[in-house]
Amino acid sequence: MAVSTPDTIVQGGKGGAPKSPNRRWAMGFLIAAIVTYLFYAFVVPNLGAAGKTFVSTWIPAVATNEALVWVICAVGLNIVVGYAGLLDLGFVAFWAIGGYTAGWIMSTFIQAVNPGFYLASAAYPDQPGIHINWWLVLIIAACLCAFAGVLIGAPTLRLKSDYLALVTLAFGEIIPQVFLNADKFTNGARGIAPLDNVSPLPFGPSAITIGDVKIPISQPLGPFDTSAKFLLFAIVAAFAIFVSLRIREGRLGRAWLAIREDELAASMMGVPLMRTKLAAYAVGAFMGGMGGVVYAIHTNSVFPDRFTFSISILLLAMIVLGGMGNVWGVMIGALGLAWFNSTGLPQFGFWFNGQFGTEINFPSYSFLILGAILVLMMLFRREGLFPETRTRQILREAERSDAEELDGGEV
Amino acid sequence: MSTDVVTDVMPLTASNITVRFGGLVAVNDVSFTVPPASIVSLIGPNGAGKTTFFNVLTGLYRPTTGSVHLNGRNITGQTPHKIASLGLGRTFQNIRLFGLMTAAENVMVGMHSHTTSNIVQIVARTRHQRREEVESRAFAQEMLDFVGIGRHADEYARNLSYGDQRRLEVARALALRPKVLLLDEPTAGMNPQESAVFVDFVRRVRDEQGVSILLIEHDMSVVMRASERITVLDQGEKIAEGGPEDIRNNPRVVEAYLGRTGTEGSAR
Repeated sequence: MAVSTPDTIVQGGKGGAPKSPNRRWAMGFLIAAIVTYLFYAFVVPNLGAAGKTFVSTWIPAVATNEALVWVICAVGLNIVVGYAGLLDLGFVAFWAIGGYTAGWIMSTFIQAVNPGFYLASAAYPDQPGIHINWWLVLIIAACLCAFAGVLIGAPTLRLKSDYLALVTLAFGEIIPQVFLNADKFTNGARGIAPLDNVSPLPFGPSAITIGDVKIPISQPLGPFDTSAKFLLFAIVAAFAIFVSLRIREGRLGRAWLAIREDELAASMMGVPLMRTKLAAYAVGAFMGGMGGVVYAIHTNSVFPDRFTFSISILLLAMIVLGGMGNVWGVMIGALGLAWFNSTGLPQFGFWFNGQFGTEINFPSYSFLILGAILVLMMLFRREGLFPETRTRQILREAERSDAEELDGGEV
Repeated sequence: MSTDVVTDVMPLTASNITVRFGGLVAVNDVSFTVPPASIVSLIGPNGAGKTTFFNVLTGLYRPTTGSVHLNGRNITGQTPHKIASLGLGRTFQNIRLFGLMTAAENVMVGMHSHTTSNIVQIVARTRHQRREEVESRAFAQEMLDFVGIGRHADEYARNLSYGDQRRLEVARALALRPKVLLLDEPTAGMNPQESAVFVDFVRRVRDEQGVSILLIEHDMSVVMRASERITVLDQGEKIAEGGPEDIRNNPRVVEAYLGRTGTEGSAR
């Protein structure tokens, strides 16, 4: 989690924008992650019954972990949408590819469809299938997704704006359908479950024994080790954020900004449009793949019906709500909307129905409410809750030109 | 094709360019060269094919026939970014800066093709990437100082004054380290004094940066004062070429601009 290396300050890549907020946000992230971990690992088990009920109702550990998945994916999509300005409505495709990669190479699944196949593994000597350490799976899936991103992007990115959005939408629909129907490779609607337990460390023994004392080092985490998994997920999220922040300051980040600002001018200044856009797609997909693996581990399974269009839309809403282009804003947006969707709204519904004796199915209205939020955002705070320094500029501009007009229109 | 013989010395050579859009001939068999360290102009009434010709040079259009050579290298039909990186910088008639990027960042975008850091190097912030970044920054500052807006390096481009934006566009184009700089109506929207200052500025760019300059311009006083050679297009064809004096007195040019009249004399 070296988000705040001294270099961030030294390098003057972003010119006018101040550097210190990044360090403060990074510290905030670090502290929040540690506090959250300690809270779930040590405080919650010692709470009284009322406290436990409150936590499991309003801030369950499962929802917190899932929110991190959303953070990873939203930060990835932010590179495509926020940095490079390419509207992508099919990001769920990468989520799915990442998830299935995890399903394939860290479970007994291969044995089920291909009985002849057996890859021995030290961690699972008595089980068939492929069992690769999840850190490695993370890298493999991410790279595979980046490659898929380039494959999908190469024909798609020739299109502009609305047309690009439509084709990405189609890919977002096609890929989950492929996973659903390619029975032989994906187990169809039955999905892949369970996945392996994950070892926190990429190598080394799970525990060492000194004398009579057994010291756990890298005890595999099962489906119910949520607080330990939280730490792992937080590390992946931190990595995604770190990459996002770094990549923005440098020639690639500048090229993305330039394309977002004026595509034609950028190409006339020697920026290769196709390559630069593909890079945005690949990096975004890379993170989408990581998110997919993390989600598969979080739910300990992969099912094709989870990868719906609404995921792509929700991710976009997170970015718009948080502040397009600003990684930290996107993170807050993702945490907020993920909580709202998984916990806040259903629990509010239970409470409301209990209180007033109604039978309203609140979760089914989630997109109605989300839509209302977005409309209000567009009316009153178009730049998002935590906008980029640059974007905030546009609002001031409006005031400025009004003033100029009064001044006699002198430019 | 006789084109390959003459091309190797000239910074920019366009040979027998024809552009057809369906039945319409926008540019008809126009040949054109930009000599080293020169300022040449391309003029013509509206609809003469200037912009089309310009777009052929910068790679937006592929000519129906003919070829374009940049420093002896055939760039016909290459992509705009490739042509730019080979040394053809340009500015835009209606300023097209990256408004939400600082002046320095705008110039650094122009250096994209001269830097090499890849994704991994950027994320890992390798020594190479850091050095490149520092050098880019320094070069950008140098360019901004050269065009006279060095103190605005960290301001967003959209907040600069109109004249400074014009200068920033030149600085950004110079970051490509071009052989030829195309200026598309650079004095549009300037008053006569500002235009005069800009002409001196263009000369200084040519002298100190060693680039050849191709000017498209409507303001005749600017064209006559700045250019060493003028090429006139009308209805897609080259109707005249020569020094400012020749062009001023060329009856075909006068006719193209003012229309044919009953007597030759009244056209002036």
